[in-house]
Amino acid sequence: MIADNAWLDGLIRMGAIALAMPLSVIILTYLERKISGRLQQRLGPMRVGPYGILQGLADTIKLLTKEDLRPQTADRWTFELAPFAVMVPVFLAFVTLPFTADLFVRNLELGLFFIIAVSGVSIVGFVMAGWGSDNKYALLGGARAAAQLISYEIPLVLAVVAVAMIAYTPEAGRGSLNLVEIVDGQGRVPFIVWQPLAFFIFLVAGLAELYRQPFDIPVAESEVVGGPFIEYSGIRWSMFQMAEFVSMVLISVLASLLFLGGWNWPLGNGAGIALQVPLIFVKTSFFILLFIWLRFSLPRLRIDQMMQFCWQVLLPFALLQIIINGWVLVYGWPDWTLGVSSGALTLVAGYLTYRAARQAAEQPVSPRLHRVGSVM
Amino acid sequence: MIQDLFADYVAVLIAAILGFLLVGGALMGNYILAPRQASRAKSLTYECGMLPIGRSRTQVHFRYYLFAILFLIFDIEAVFLFPWAVTFLDIGKAAFYEMLFFILILGFGLLYAWKKGVLRWK
Repeated sequence: MIADNAWLDGLIRMGAIALAMPLSVIILTYLERKISGRLQQRLGPMRVGPYGILQGLADTIKLLTKEDLRPQTADRWTFELAPFAVMVPVFLAFVTLPFTADLFVRNLELGLFFIIAVSGVSIVGFVMAGWGSDNKYALLGGARAAAQLISYEIPLVLAVVAVAMIAYTPEAGRGSLNLVEIVDGQGRVPFIVWQPLAFFIFLVAGLAELYRQPFDIPVAESEVVGGPFIEYSGIRWSMFQMAEFVSMVLISVLASLLFLGGWNWPLGNGAGIALQVPLIFVKTSFFILLFIWLRFSLPRLRIDQMMQFCWQVLLPFALLQIIINGWVLVYGWPDWTLGVSSGALTLVAGYLTYRAARQAAEQPVSPRLHRVGSVM
Repeated sequence: MIQDLFADYVAVLIAAILGFLLVGGALMGNYILAPRQASRAKSLTYECGMLPIGRSRTQVHFRYYLFAILFLIFDIEAVFLFPWAVTFLDIGKAAFYEMLFFILILGFGLLYAWKKGVLRWK
């Protein structure tokens, strides 16, 4: 504890996070624009400051001094409270997210469950934004956001349960929801080796939860013109943008904690405190770069493909992963059976995805999908 | 132990308050700094530059509700899975087979929905 008083201690730690968050969003926005420029063989922002590094600051000032518009017909309170409903849950998730063995706000015993529980509340905010704006595109975008986010939440949660089942602590044995214990349990071997299928499901479902390309169906500019955020402007809009980037950090940190061994070396335990921060930083950056890279590499999925992939591929395989984990643990089989079975299932899932993608590429779009309104 | 729990969830309460202050502060800064000049055209609903046509609160397709119902079922299953995942080894094989049975029932439910064509976005 920094201070003896729990209130003061919590306030100092959360205050540090509250300060770091807008800063990291500014840096991430700049990085994303630079990397996307590089990927598309252009320079990206170059005007504000050397190599455009002050671009994020300029954007912040511009958004802060922009007129805040609210359509006349909008539902006032739903419209104005939606940014709170999206941003606050994401912020809450950082209460229990550990960055190193000692660097966290609070190490909740039910940390993993807490993160899953609070981050699910954001969905309400998207529906509120969609409904409150009194705009056709916003309403459609809100409905799409609800459908996509709730669907992909289930495989995400089940993948997380699979990890919680095999987490090992010397005192309590198998099974833990405490994030520090989960990371300590992967001392020798990170869980990506034992649970490649859960990792694959977590990564895809996490990407869908971030509604980034190729899963940007709720906010697709060419379909619903920005979706739920269409009527928002200025700083009110940037709250949604901030929530998106912060949840990108959240998912990346979570993925490196759960599957890549967090602040441990890839195949060893106990990196010193000076090395823990760089280790988790590198692992998190890897996921963030991957998300940015995928954004400019993959075309957007159609909404029917997206929903079918979730319910017909990810969900059954996530359930299988849990059953296999339970089976191996109950009968006390050695750990490598987990890795082998999960790896084999990953190959099957990958093959099914590949076959479905090939079929979709070869078949023409059914005429029913061309009809106005049927892909909405 | 109780004291620990108190300290833990005090942090959650503080985080909730700070979160509201963060968003509220940004909106307040915007309120102070930004110009305001309301006009009729500005406060019209955006519809790609045209005047809005018809009602905006259009209906959405019923399949959204079907997916919402499916989500409810599987999310409740996930709520049951969390406590089971951390304790089933202590209880023994019976706990595993009971959960297997539960997952299988839901799996057949999913299969039924699949065969009925609910999962197909047609």
